[in-house]
This record gives sequence, structure tokens and C-alpha cells, in this order.
Amino acid sequence: MTDTGHTERSCGQSCRWGGTGGRSGTRQAPASAPTPRRPQPSRTRHAPASTPLHPGAWWLWALSLGTAATRTTNPLLLTLLIATSAYVVATCRQNAPWSRSYNTFLKLALAVIALRFAFAVLLGSPIPGTHTVVTLPEVPLPDWAQGIRLGGRVHAEALVFAFYDGLRLATLLICVGAANSLANPTRLLKCLPGALYEMGVAVVVALTFAPNLIADVQRLRAARRLRGRPDRGFKGLLQVALPVLEGALERSVALAAAMDARGYGRTADVPPAVRRTTSALTLGGLLGVCAGTYGVLTAEGGTYGLPVLLLGLTAALVGLRLGGRRAVRTRYRPDPWDLRAWLVTGSGVAVTALMFLAEAENPAALEPSVIPLTAPTLPLWPAAAILLALLPAFVAPAKASPKPSPKPTKEPS
Amino acid sequence: MIRFENVSVTYDGRPEPTVRGIDFEVPEGELVLLVGPSGVGKSTVLGAVSGLVPHFTGGTLSGRVTVAGRDTRTHKPRELADVVGTVGQDPLAHFVTDTVEDELAYGMESLGLSPAVMRRRVEETLDLLSLADLRDRPIATLSGGQQQRVAIGSVLTPHPQVLVLDEPTSALDPAAAEEVLAVLQRLVHDLGTTVLMAEHRLERVIQYADQVALLPSPGAALTLTSPAEAMAVSPVTPPVVDLGKLADWSPLPLTVRDARRRAGDLRDRLAARSPEIREPRTSPADPRPAAPPRRRWFNRTARPAAPQGPHTAEVRGLTVTRDRIRALHEVGLTVSPGETVALMGRNGAGKSTLLNSLVGLITPTRGTVEVHGRTPHRTPPPELIRHVGLVPQEPLDLLYADTVAAECAAADADAEAAPGTCRALVTELLPGVADDTHPRDLSEGQRLTLALAVVLTARPPLLLLDEPTRGLDYAAKARLVTVLRGLAAEGHTIVLATHDVELAAELADRVVLLAEGEIIADGPTAEVVVSSPSFAPQITKILAPQQWLTVTQVRQALV
Repeated sequence: MTDTGHTERSCGQSCRWGGTGGRSGTRQAPASAPTPRRPQPSRTRHAPASTPLHPGAWWLWALSLGTAATRTTNPLLLTLLIATSAYVVATCRQNAPWSRSYNTFLKLALAVIALRFAFAVLLGSPIPGTHTVVTLPEVPLPDWAQGIRLGGRVHAEALVFAFYDGLRLATLLICVGAANSLANPTRLLKCLPGALYEMGVAVVVALTFAPNLIADVQRLRAARRLRGRPDRGFKGLLQVALPVLEGALERSVALAAAMDARGYGRTADVPPAVRRTTSALTLGGLLGVCAGTYGVLTAEGGTYGLPVLLLGLTAALVGLRLGGRRAVRTRYRPDPWDLRAWLVTGSGVAVTALMFLAEAENPAALEPSVIPLTAPTLPLWPAAAILLALLPAFVAPAKASPKPSPKPTKEPS
Repeated sequence: MIRFENVSVTYDGRPEPTVRGIDFEVPEGELVLLVGPSGVGKSTVLGAVSGLVPHFTGGTLSGRVTVAGRDTRTHKPRELADVVGTVGQDPLAHFVTDTVEDELAYGMESLGLSPAVMRRRVEETLDLLSLADLRDRPIATLSGGQQQRVAIGSVLTPHPQVLVLDEPTSALDPAAAEEVLAVLQRLVHDLGTTVLMAEHRLERVIQYADQVALLPSPGAALTLTSPAEAMAVSPVTPPVVDLGKLADWSPLPLTVRDARRRAGDLRDRLAARSPEIREPRTSPADPRPAAPPRRRWFNRTARPAAPQGPHTAEVRGLTVTRDRIRALHEVGLTVSPGETVALMGRNGAGKSTLLNSLVGLITPTRGTVEVHGRTPHRTPPPELIRHVGLVPQEPLDLLYADTVAAECAAADADAEAAPGTCRALVTELLPGVADDTHPRDLSEGQRLTLALAVVLTARPPLLLLDEPTRGLDYAAKARLVTVLRGLAAEGHTIVLATHDVELAAELADRVVLLAEGEIIADGPTAEVVVSSPSFAPQITKILAPQQWLTVTQVRQALV
């Protein structure tokens, strides 16, 4: 393995830039010079140490868990799902800004449960009940609001039902949060096909726009103190809105200039015929997809729906593939879809499949009855199935961070 | 490599061309420094090289610009991306991805280089710029110097023949600036890269330049000469050149080393004299404590707690922790009335945190902050601005209105001052600014002065400035120094955080050095900066061991 960058690094400056001859060579014919003595192996060799898992694998794993969560309202199973995902997040997430989003999603999930409770208490619930917990004063509503109730009796059954329901939604949210904190969302966009790449960059830039905007608002609101104005309140927010937007616009223009100067949007020359075919295929394909979906969803379109949908999908995909020819881009170290990715995805999909199976076999265990109120029991083998989702914690644990760096910004520059 | 042929650029809506008749050629492998005061069109010239002017900015470009044989009229910026690399003043506006390694690869991905080539070049560039330890780090967590190096690295990986840099070291502390300039030096020497760079802080860069392209005034012709010749006629000069002019040295020295070798005579003439130290204005009633602040901190238990102490501001045992990062640790600092104190230290050493604590933007984790006996973060803002005012790093943060007049009216209302107070200050500090100008249309120096006027409307005895000379040319800086000296003479206490050693030397009575959130030195300017290699101003380095700080001091002594 004398041909990896690592060995080269150790041999000092003179031979590091020994490639200078190759430099002028690559300058003229950049894409055509994949040096033959440089095969690909170095990547897989230290894959466990340095390359993160394919982001798609994390998303599939997390979305599978989310799907599994929709199959049950058993709070024990849902809690187990949350615990499983939390354990995996705790062991596998990297120390990076996007990893901190998990806490935000946890808070959001709690808010969802609280909101669901609040609705059940205030607006009542379609669930009839016999165990009255508390009786709230009922607000009399006019005739036209019939069917809506404000206040009144609150039944234990309704509360339990609301809790189960809220918990299911919360689990779904937490699974999305897990995906977010395990896989860098921008790396996921890197996996887009070439034709969609520029759109992907636009999305990434838009995604960073929001956090920047929030940071700006916070900074400017704080700066209001320096003018002797209170830094809280809605009015303060309004007054900084214009400067914040102006600043954001300026930054966007600066970024656009930088991206342009760095070659964003370079296209290869393709014959006009290919270009026209691409447009026709993509447009026609998308139309086909629309018509086909309509056909599948409506009763009359049973015969033509599916074929048209498939045809449209194929045309659109071919169009995308052709469109990729216009893009000259290449990928730097694309995340390999390796064995670990298969294992992680597989564990997630297995959980979902087993949950569907369990639902078919014994629906009662997955949806504990609310009327009459019974204590939920833990169905043994669905619970064991959920534990399969722990596999990533052993397959793809986070590497020990190079520095535990308690103060990352304090390094000497 | 870069050739301008009779180039003029007129932006839309401007009656006059911004630059006119630019005609010069930069040969391959040279480092050319573009020098001139603010507003002469340096950025326009730089933008024309990368094609951003006029393709991106709009406007009309007449004449012809060719880079490596490609005409920018027919090539858009993206088609020049493989020959020109551009790095702007603010590295954060430059980053497209969020980790160091991806950022280095981004340009190459756009150019469609093969994965093997990309991998090799990323490794090479990581080594060249000493970024190997940072390869997986999110860019947002890097320090200013590191970010600037990543920005340079990100345009280096496509192996451009030309590198264009607009004020690459403005935002950096002296050590980080050295680091970036060393990299540029290495690129020019080892790789034959052609570099065209604009920088206001000439004292940092002039010694690296092979030639200087001088734009003396707006619309003037550009001249390309050797650095020494250019400095003889340039309206902007670093202190070392000023000293050379004062002492009639010919050719003019450009580096501290050159000047030191010539300075034997001057040192002899100055030996008998001592620099005129500006005494801080302290009233006899509250004599300045002789003991250094550190001792005072230990003595504080012995002293009775006086709510209205003799100090403008008093910070005791201040610790600030944010996001588990310790920004300040056990900082003790007292500022007496009439003093001018400069806070210095690396990017991220805690200077801004300390200033923000003094105006109550940051709540201390431990310890106390008192300004005129008040605790800033518990004082209501309308009362606080009468005691302390801060001009933030980005003066625009303080300006909300869309005209100067509206801004002034708002400032009067905020401070409950008589109408017209702020406008009078603006007219005094910044003559010739029309009422209906939008604050964003002002130059950096003008914005700073407007923000300063807004803050001064409430007449705070304690004035804080965060990095006031960022992006200012020598003339604007000289005006700022005059203004701040005037304020200090009126009895204002001034605390400024700055990387600019020359500014600190001009203004400060006392320098406080911070590192890793702790105070590591605190004393009179001459004593602190003379002993520090990176924070010593050029004149001090030249005339050491004598304690001269500025050309002005030397001039006064020689008269």
C-alpha cells in the first residue's frame, strides 16, 4: 500500500509536490488522468475508522423504525422503540453541529404529547368512557357549533387513548430526529443523481439560510440593548426584521458570487438533440406519472393506471439519466454502500416486517384496548423484534473523536 | 498571466467610471499587491480578474481583461474557475459545504476531476496548509485563521494559476495573519502561483510583494512598480515606511529588518530623549492605584465594598461559560476614569465576551461586573446606555433605519437627548454625509463613525469598541484615532478590543492581553507590547530596546 495519500504524506515536501509534473498534466486534461498506480483500495481499508456510514442507510433504518411505530399503540412497545433509537443515537452519532438536533426533536415530541393531551381535555374525545377523572366547567356554544364541546367531563379512557396516540406520533418524530442527528442531511443530498445536483445545492444553501437568519435575529435583538431599547417583545422583532433580511440577502449574494467563481453550474456541451430528448422525456414522464397516479387512485382508471404510471416513471428516469450528461461534476469520496450499510438498513427493515407480521397475527397485543381500560402487556416476540434495531450500535459505532475537545473554538489558529 | 488592457468599469446608475484606463500585466509567479485608499476600486479590479465584474455584479466593462490567455468577456466566472481562485474578506461567505474536507473538494467536484485526482489533491492541500488535523471538523467550529486557511485551500485544490485575494488578513489576529501569509509565500515560491492581493494592513504584507500596483486616487491610472518606489509616492504607507520617510532613508525600508539595520543613527539621536507618555486623566481625588490589578484582586476582601468606587468599571472573578465552552475564566479588571485600555489576544481569546459582559449582553456565569456601581445585565437598557456604550464589530448591527437622519432621530429618542444631538455629533465626526444616505451605502469607516455617534448620543462615560479598524484604510484609521483621542481628552473612558497593534500603540494607555479566556498580561502599553513579538508595533521592533511606539512619538521627540 505504498500508493495511498498517507504514505505520501510522510515523505516530506519535495516528493509531496513531486506530482508537480503531473500537476501541469492534470491541468490540461483534468478528468482523463486517474493515475493508474492509484486504484481505489485505500478507502475501504480504513473505512471503519474514518468514513461515516452511508447517510441513506441511516435514513432507511430510522424511517423503518418510524413505520414500525405506526403499527402499534402499545406504549410499552413504543417506549422500547424510543429507547432503542436513543441508544443507537447515543452510541453512533458524531460530534458535529447537526448531531445536536436530536434534543430538539425530543422536545418537539414531548410538545406533541402535551398538545394531544390538551386537546383531549379541552375539546373532549370521541371515546366514550365511564371513569370520570375530573369535570371541567363546560362552555356553552351556539347551535352552529354543534358537535364541538369545550370543557366538560374528562374520562380516563380518553386520556389514555390520547396518550397512546400522542406517543405514537412522538415516536415517529423521534425516529426522524434520530436520522437527522445520525446522518448529515447535506451528505444525503450528495447522493442525488447528477441532473438533480444543482437543485440539491440550492436546497442545502436554503437549509443553511434559516439557521443563519435565526442567529442574525438573535444578534440584532441583543444589539437593541445597546441602543437602550428592550431586547424582548414582538415590536423588537419587527424592528430588526428589515436589517436582518438585508443582511441575509447580502450574504446570499456573496455566497452566490463565491459559488459562481468556484465553478458552480459548469455544464458540458451536449448535442441539441440530446438536450431536446431530455426535456421531452422528463416532461412527458412527469405527465405520465401524474396521469397514472390519478388512474390508480380513481375507480375508473383501474386498467390504464398502472401501465401509464410505470411508463411515465421510466421516461422520467431516462430523462434524468440523460440530463446527468450535462453535468460535468464528479463526486469526492462518495460514501460507499458497504456491508455495514446493508446490515443497518436490514435491521430496520426487519423490524418493520416483523411488526407487520405481528399485527397480522395478533392485532390485540399491538393495540391494547382502551375500553375497557386494561393495563398493556408486553408482547414478547414483537418486543424482541424491536431489539433487532440495536444492531447499528454494534456495527457502526461512532469513532472516538480525535480530540474530546471540550472547547473546540479555543484552538490556536 | 493577468493582463488588463485599458480597462474601465462603470457600474449601473453611476455617472463616473469606478476605475478608468487600467493597464497592467502581472507576470507568472509574482505576488502583486494592490494598494490604495478605500473607494478607489481595488475590489473592482480584483473582481475583473475572476470575471465576477461585470458578469455577476453588472455594469459595463470596456477594454479587455485576459487571464492565462482567456478573455473574461467571453468566459464566465465559472469557466474561469480552473485558472482563477478567489478568496474574499469574509471566509464564511465563501463556504458551500460544512466540513473542511468537503469544502476542499467542492471546487474540484464542480470541475469534474476524477475521484483519484481529487483524493490526492485534498491530501496534498491538507498538508500544505497544515489542515490535516482539522479535516473532519465542521467549518463553523474553526477559528478565524483556520477558516481563512480553509478558504484559501478550497480554491487551491483545482490548481489555479492565479490566486486573487481581497483583504485576506483583515479579520485575523497578528499570529493568524502570519500563518496565512506564510502559506501564500510558499505557494508563490514552491508552486509558481501568481497572486494578486489587496490588503489595507500594509505593515503585514508589503515585505512579501514582488511588485506593487498603486491606485492613488479614484479614477487615477494604475502604476505597477517595485514596492519601495510605490511606497515613496503612495498615499497609504505602513509605519516602517513613515519612519523611513521621517529619517530620510533611501531607498525606503520595507521590512523591520531593513529598517533596524539602518536605525543605528536614529537610535543614537533618540537615546537622550524619552517618549512622551500620555498620562491618563485622573482627578487628584482618586489617584490611580499603583499596585497591578492582579494584586488588587487578592486584596479585595480587605477593602470595604464601595458601590460608587473610584473605577469606571470593575470586573472581579468573571467566568463566562457558554455551550460548555469556557470563554472567560476568573478575569479581574479595573478601568479608571479617563483611561484608554486595549484588549488584545488571538481570535477567540475572549475579548468580545469581556466587552459584551461590560454592557450586559452576556450574563456572567460566576463573578461580578460593575459599571459605575451598576450591574450591567440587570440594569434596564435605557438607563444603561447613559453609563456604557458599545460599538459592535459589525456597526450595521446598531443601525436599523434607512436614512442617516432617521437613525439620528431614533438615537435622540432612545437616549432622551435634545433633538439634533446625534446629528450634530455626526456632522462633527463625519462631515459631508447627507441626511438621506442609506447607512448601508456608507463606507466601512463612515458606518463605524455613524454607529459611534449613535452610541455617544447618550453620553456614556465608558465607551467600548470591538475591533474598530476592520476594513479601514490608514486615512480612516487616522481619523478614528483623532476622534477617540478627543473623546479621551473629554474624559471618556475607552476600552477597545483590537488585533491592530499599531492602533493600540497610537491610542492605548494600557494593554491587557488575553489568552484562552484568561488575562496573561496587564500594564502600560509600552511595557506590555515591547516584550511581545507578535503584539509589538513596527516602530517598537525597529527601535528596541528603546520604548518608542509610534512614528508620531518619534517625530515629536526629534523636533
